[in-house]
Amino acid sequence: MITIEITSFSLLFGMILGTVSGLGKLSKKRFFRYPSIVYIDFIRGTPLLVQILLFYYGIPGLYSNVTGNSFNIDPILAGIIVCSINSGAYIAEIVRAGIQSIDKGQMEAARSLGMNERMAMKEIILPQAFRRIIPPLGNEFIALLKDSSLLAVIGVHELLKTGQLYISRTFAAFPVYIAVALMYLILTIVISRIVSYSERRLGVSDRS
Amino acid sequence: MIGVKGLYKRFGELEVLKGISIDIKESEVVCVIGPSGSGKSTFLRCINLLEMPSSGEITIDGETITDKNIDLNKIREEAGMVFQHFNLFPHKTTLQNVALAPMKVRKLSKEEAEERALELLDKVGLADKAHVYPSSLSGGQKQRVAIARALAMRPKVMLFDEPTSALDPEMVGEVLGVMKDLAMAGMTMVVVTHEMGFAREVADRVLFMDDGIIIEQGTPDDIFSNAKHERTRSFLGKIL
Repeated sequence: MITIEITSFSLLFGMILGTVSGLGKLSKKRFFRYPSIVYIDFIRGTPLLVQILLFYYGIPGLYSNVTGNSFNIDPILAGIIVCSINSGAYIAEIVRAGIQSIDKGQMEAARSLGMNERMAMKEIILPQAFRRIIPPLGNEFIALLKDSSLLAVIGVHELLKTGQLYISRTFAAFPVYIAVALMYLILTIVISRIVSYSERRLGVSDRS
Repeated sequence: MIGVKGLYKRFGELEVLKGISIDIKESEVVCVIGPSGSGKSTFLRCINLLEMPSSGEITIDGETITDKNIDLNKIREEAGMVFQHFNLFPHKTTLQNVALAPMKVRKLSKEEAEERALELLDKVGLADKAHVYPSSLSGGQKQRVAIARALAMRPKVMLFDEPTSALDPEMVGEVLGVMKDLAMAGMTMVVVTHEMGFAREVADRVLFMDDGIIIEQGTPDDIFSNAKHERTRSFLGKIL
């Protein structure tokens, strides 16, 4: 199913992007901090629908105006890229909040043992932060799954678009949209179950 | 061993340390006492540069650590620190807590690091807790693990920041016991503490700090029985 495929890939790439830019936003170096802030603010401050249209129609249009060559991007690939970039910004904020929620004594203890900042982040702070951000990450997963329906506007045959195509043949709007809604519901319920399960599994050793 | 000269520390407008100078010899045990807010902890944290001094000079083993181009991490390897709130790593077992830094920083093999860790855990009486997580330890046990963790780096000096202040009274003894053993073994120690009994018994020298300066210092006897300064006497009067 394309919806699941797009959502999973986007979450995966979004986590990579989000971790990098979340760390970037906390960095003391402006060179890392400013681009992260601009990225996060731009993505969180503009509608996903606009981002999708901008990326799918706007950028190829600009490209062909400038170079004279036209280029087409596969809608599914475009969908994954836009959703990754979009969720990356939200995940960045989740990662940042997760890191900041770790007691600063942890960093001090690591540093006092001679670990450098990078090592302390990797060995001490991030493993604890990741455990803590599983619930908000689950929310992001669910939001992303539902938002992927917006990709119907660029012709990605995800769940909603498939429903619409079916309606255009059968004219049965109500039953099909209800069915589509229920399928999203089932998917989101499954995800939230998985999330709370993994939360319980990983939460065992958490209290200090 | 440790030389501190004209140490000042400001946090914005607030001047916490106002010119601290002291020399600490090898194997000396120095206890720092004084009211809260007197700058004791800040002083300690400056010695391993968890706080950057605003001005002044600190040397450890002849090396000027306040130099601009010194490798901070190297310094911290040599000064072990024990915190009031233990700060054990909750996602790692006791053994991993102790073995981690020797492995990552000193580049010991996993076997060597764990062997050293077990040895130290045995020394603090917690060998049987090697494979449990910190959440299942009592406060006193946590602090003993924290001491073992700092010792695993084989530091030249150990810094203790109110190591027993967060403990239930019945657990203070076990932690002080470990510290006493350490002092007997010749470790150079700087201990910020409210445990006057410990200071009296173990310290070679006691510093009384108030308002960012060392008001007076001397042997435990000098301070506890023959304090010269009014402020020292009134502080001791309140707590003894």
